[in-house]
Amino acid sequence: MNVRALILGFVLALSALPALPQGFADMGRAADGFALPRRGAFSFPADHGAHPDFRIEWWYLTASLTGQDGTPYGAQWTLFRTALAPGEGEGWSSPQLWMGHAAVTTPERHLYAERLARGGIGQAGVTVEPFHAWIDDWQMTTRAAPGADALSALDLTAGGDAFSYALSLEATGPIVAQGEGGYSVKSAAGQASRYYSQPFYGVTGRVTIDGQTVPVTGQAWLDREWSSQPLAPDQTGWDWFSLMFDDGSRLMGFRLRDAGSGFTSATWIAADGTPTPMPPGALRVTPLREADVADRSVPVEWRLELPARGVDVTVTAVNPGAWMGTLVPYWEGPILIAGSHRGRGYLEMTGY
Amino acid sequence: MRAGLSALLSHWLRHPVQLAMLMLGLALATALWSGVQAINAEARASYDSAAAVLGQNRMERIVSQDGGPVAQDLYVALRRDGWKVSPVVEGRLPATDLRLLGIDPLTLPAGATSVPLRGGADLADFLSGGGRLYLNPETAAGLRPDGLPALRTDPGLPPGTGLTDVGVAQRLLGMEGRLSYLLVSPGAQPDRPLPQGLVRRAPDDGTDIARLTDSFHLNLTAFGFLAFAVGLFIVNSAIGLAFEQRRAMLRTLRALGLSARTLMGLVLLELLVLALAAGMTGIGLGYLVAAALLPDVAATLRGLYGAEVTGTLSLRPGWWLAGLGMAMAGTLLAAGQSLWRLWHLPLLAPAQPRAWARASARSLWRQGVAGAALLGLAAGLLAFGTGLGAGFGGLAALLIGAALCLPPVLILVTGLGGRMARGALVQWFWADTRQQVPGLSLALMALLLALAANIGVGTMVSSFRQTFVGWLDQRLASELYVTARSAQEARRLEAWLAPRTDAVLPILSAGTPLFGRPGEVYGITDHPTYRDNWPLLAALPDVWGRIAAGQGLMVNEQLYRAEALALGDAVDLPGGPLPVVGVYSDYGNPRPQVLMAPEALMARFPDTPRLRFGLRVDPDRAGALAAALVADFGLPDGAVVDQATLKALSLQVFERTFAVTAALNVLTLGIAGLAMVASLLTLSGLRLPQVAPVWAMGLTRRRLALLDFARTLLLAALTAMAALPLGLVLAWVLLAVVNVAAFGWRLPMQVFAGDLARLGGIALLAAGVAGLVPVLRLARIAPAALLRVFANER
Repeated sequence: MNVRALILGFVLALSALPALPQGFADMGRAADGFALPRRGAFSFPADHGAHPDFRIEWWYLTASLTGQDGTPYGAQWTLFRTALAPGEGEGWSSPQLWMGHAAVTTPERHLYAERLARGGIGQAGVTVEPFHAWIDDWQMTTRAAPGADALSALDLTAGGDAFSYALSLEATGPIVAQGEGGYSVKSAAGQASRYYSQPFYGVTGRVTIDGQTVPVTGQAWLDREWSSQPLAPDQTGWDWFSLMFDDGSRLMGFRLRDAGSGFTSATWIAADGTPTPMPPGALRVTPLREADVADRSVPVEWRLELPARGVDVTVTAVNPGAWMGTLVPYWEGPILIAGSHRGRGYLEMTGY
Repeated sequence: MRAGLSALLSHWLRHPVQLAMLMLGLALATALWSGVQAINAEARASYDSAAAVLGQNRMERIVSQDGGPVAQDLYVALRRDGWKVSPVVEGRLPATDLRLLGIDPLTLPAGATSVPLRGGADLADFLSGGGRLYLNPETAAGLRPDGLPALRTDPGLPPGTGLTDVGVAQRLLGMEGRLSYLLVSPGAQPDRPLPQGLVRRAPDDGTDIARLTDSFHLNLTAFGFLAFAVGLFIVNSAIGLAFEQRRAMLRTLRALGLSARTLMGLVLLELLVLALAAGMTGIGLGYLVAAALLPDVAATLRGLYGAEVTGTLSLRPGWWLAGLGMAMAGTLLAAGQSLWRLWHLPLLAPAQPRAWARASARSLWRQGVAGAALLGLAAGLLAFGTGLGAGFGGLAALLIGAALCLPPVLILVTGLGGRMARGALVQWFWADTRQQVPGLSLALMALLLALAANIGVGTMVSSFRQTFVGWLDQRLASELYVTARSAQEARRLEAWLAPRTDAVLPILSAGTPLFGRPGEVYGITDHPTYRDNWPLLAALPDVWGRIAAGQGLMVNEQLYRAEALALGDAVDLPGGPLPVVGVYSDYGNPRPQVLMAPEALMARFPDTPRLRFGLRVDPDRAGALAAALVADFGLPDGAVVDQATLKALSLQVFERTFAVTAALNVLTLGIAGLAMVASLLTLSGLRLPQVAPVWAMGLTRRRLALLDFARTLLLAALTAMAALPLGLVLAWVLLAVVNVAAFGWRLPMQVFAGDLARLGGIALLAAGVAGLVPVLRLARIAPAALLRVFANER
């Protein structure tokens, strides 16, 4: 259950929408003419594309990379879609808005960029056949062989003022449906999203910082999610973890912070791609160390315990300063995993 | 020290008229100067905010090379190639004065607009549904056309500008799929050339409109400065008089032990206090002057240059500080001579007032030489200089030089008069007149300048008006002008009109850069209407035939002079250059313009709409046809304009243009009159020692007063005679040099003798009124006062 981007999409929608109705936990009002997610199987390749009848949607990719000298790198490529009204319109009258975030992180540097675009004129969008997601000159393009799933091989490019990257992604495992067959319940009130992931990418490519190009290899994780319902008003922020263990298994987990004790959830993904949703509270997360970044204090070292799978690890930010000073500010960066399991992953924290 | 100060100030209590004169002169001078400055500042602020509304003043733009619109697909292609550009659609909303700016807030560079559009409900409203139109409150109040998006006001926007979404603007302006230009974000851009047909343009800091209107503001500034200078003459004579009258008191104060330094400090303090008070009054008056003139100025700038200037005045601290500074500096300048004398006041010399008349002849001759040198400089500048700077520089040198030459010339003339005079009394009259010239010289110089300015500007305006009216008669040859709303309606209209008119002449126009400046191309049909009526300044043989054949084009006078074109020169246009075969005058248009056959225009600008037509009909039937066009054909009211209305409109713009000039002219002349009064009052007190002996020899006070009156009129008449040639030269410079540099057109000079005679009369009348007070005083002076001249040292 990837809730981190939901927050982002939500805040983006908030920034662009009229003052949100009070008590938007009320599903009828929050939906506002938008489609509601339904249970059922995904329909590929159509579901790789945009769902303009839903309020928010994203293509969210994070990559944990390593340079030839062993230096850890992180890369992020995100395309958000948010709709002012359901459906598509002609040209500038399209109600669809697009936002792109790209970042490169090293132990010393964290560089990011942001792009905004209107739908309807071709500046940003997603086509299904062939699969192509873009905003300005940032691209996510399929390289898959005919007959294979379009997301099984991707080319990825993006860049900002002082950085750029070009990565080739090759999936080594299947697409994983999150929640109940891709129907991901988000709250006791029944808010939900459609959600699937591709957590098994192998990556090769180049990262360029200040004109210096470095070859990199590593692993990446793609999340696809769309929904029409924002989250509860008392939720103050999220801590989200994607862990790629060296033994091939994956763990996605998050903590939802609120006025009370908070709420955690997790999905265990076996090396063959079989997902097992964990009951709420099965995952324990404990902040160990905080760092000052962008005038606030953010936890950059955590203890994560999932006793049911024998997981007891410490995750540490590669660069505590991985702050995204974008329109909607948040922390997003690569992490290193030590303890019962070893591996690499990504951490996202919002609301600090 | 306090005693010293109260002694100094007591003088003003005893001479309230003198104080009033001093204050009035300074206040008026400051008022006109700061009023003009306020108008200029307001106008410039409007240009700046118009240029800054989208940050165009700081950001580069990408425009189409041919000056046309940029295809929206090209914009998307640039974005997808990594260019950080943002689309802008700009245009005048049909049937209004509103300049519409369409933007995309998502790609607009940060800080490009003052309108808060980042995030929140405003953004969502802006982007969704019918959109929003942001206007300055003043503009919003006057706008009521249908079909506009919901209005929002934002005081940060310049007048006459509406900000809306790019999609909305495209719809309102009929520019679907097309953009006016792309704004380039600051920062790195791809290291690749732009696609064919697009060019980058440097930030536009409003210089286009600023350059166009520069001459107009320079005109105003020159007038303001002239008025200030003339006002300073009043201040100078008032301070001089006060000093002369207080000479004895100053000497006494010094003898009582007040050091020269302290005394100087006290006098300076007194002057600064007076300057401060008068300066504040002047700034208050200046604000009123500016507020009264600004609507006219704004209307002029809109009519003449299409520049939007707000009609309301705001108080800028810089402006009133500068006004106060000018008042202080002016006072010190005007008091310089008196202060110098005070510093060198001989303690023991007799306190006899030394009339200014004693100024040595040598310094007068030196002044004459300096004046002649300035006149030479003026001649050089006007003959060999180019541009507005040389024009105004030449004017300044001419006026100051002539003013400096005036006193020596008057001395010469009065000397000549004395030599030719018969009889002791007449000889004394000439000699005494000559004696007075130095004392009155400043006032006479002020009068000369004011008169010359009046003659010069008056002649220019009259010449311009005459030419303009004649030109309008020829140029607006069609009886009716109609505009269709769509191409389809235009086709229907042409068919409907064909049997009802003598001729239907389509008027096509397209915007295109001409020699790198935004210009216009007009297409006009070959028809006797044009062949017979259009005034041409220069043309090759069979000019209309060549144009009809598409073998050439005509340029307007502005372009012809600005680019120093000659007949036969080629003008670069999309679709290949064309040679110039004729030149026509085009008053009132600040932009370059060319004229060609409609077929040639359509071949080069295929998108040009064919919507406007000139109609030739029997003038008696024009009214009925206009009514039929509205009633039977169904055109909206404003779409049909008859010749007379159009002429009246054009003349109205013209009259407004010079309303401000006329107002400043009258005020300047008024100040010059005041300067005369001040100087004559000063002199009348000082001249007693010279008048008393003549009285003692038997001349009655009445005759003495009459002689004095005659003398004042004689000097004013001589000055007016000197002002006449000076004013005519001034008019010539304005018409042949300044107008060409400022507006791009040259006008034939026409002298109106009646106007000149009337002005001469006004000058004499002003001098007469100014001379009346001292003359009456002399006629009624107590004989004892005259006797006292012999009794004591006074």
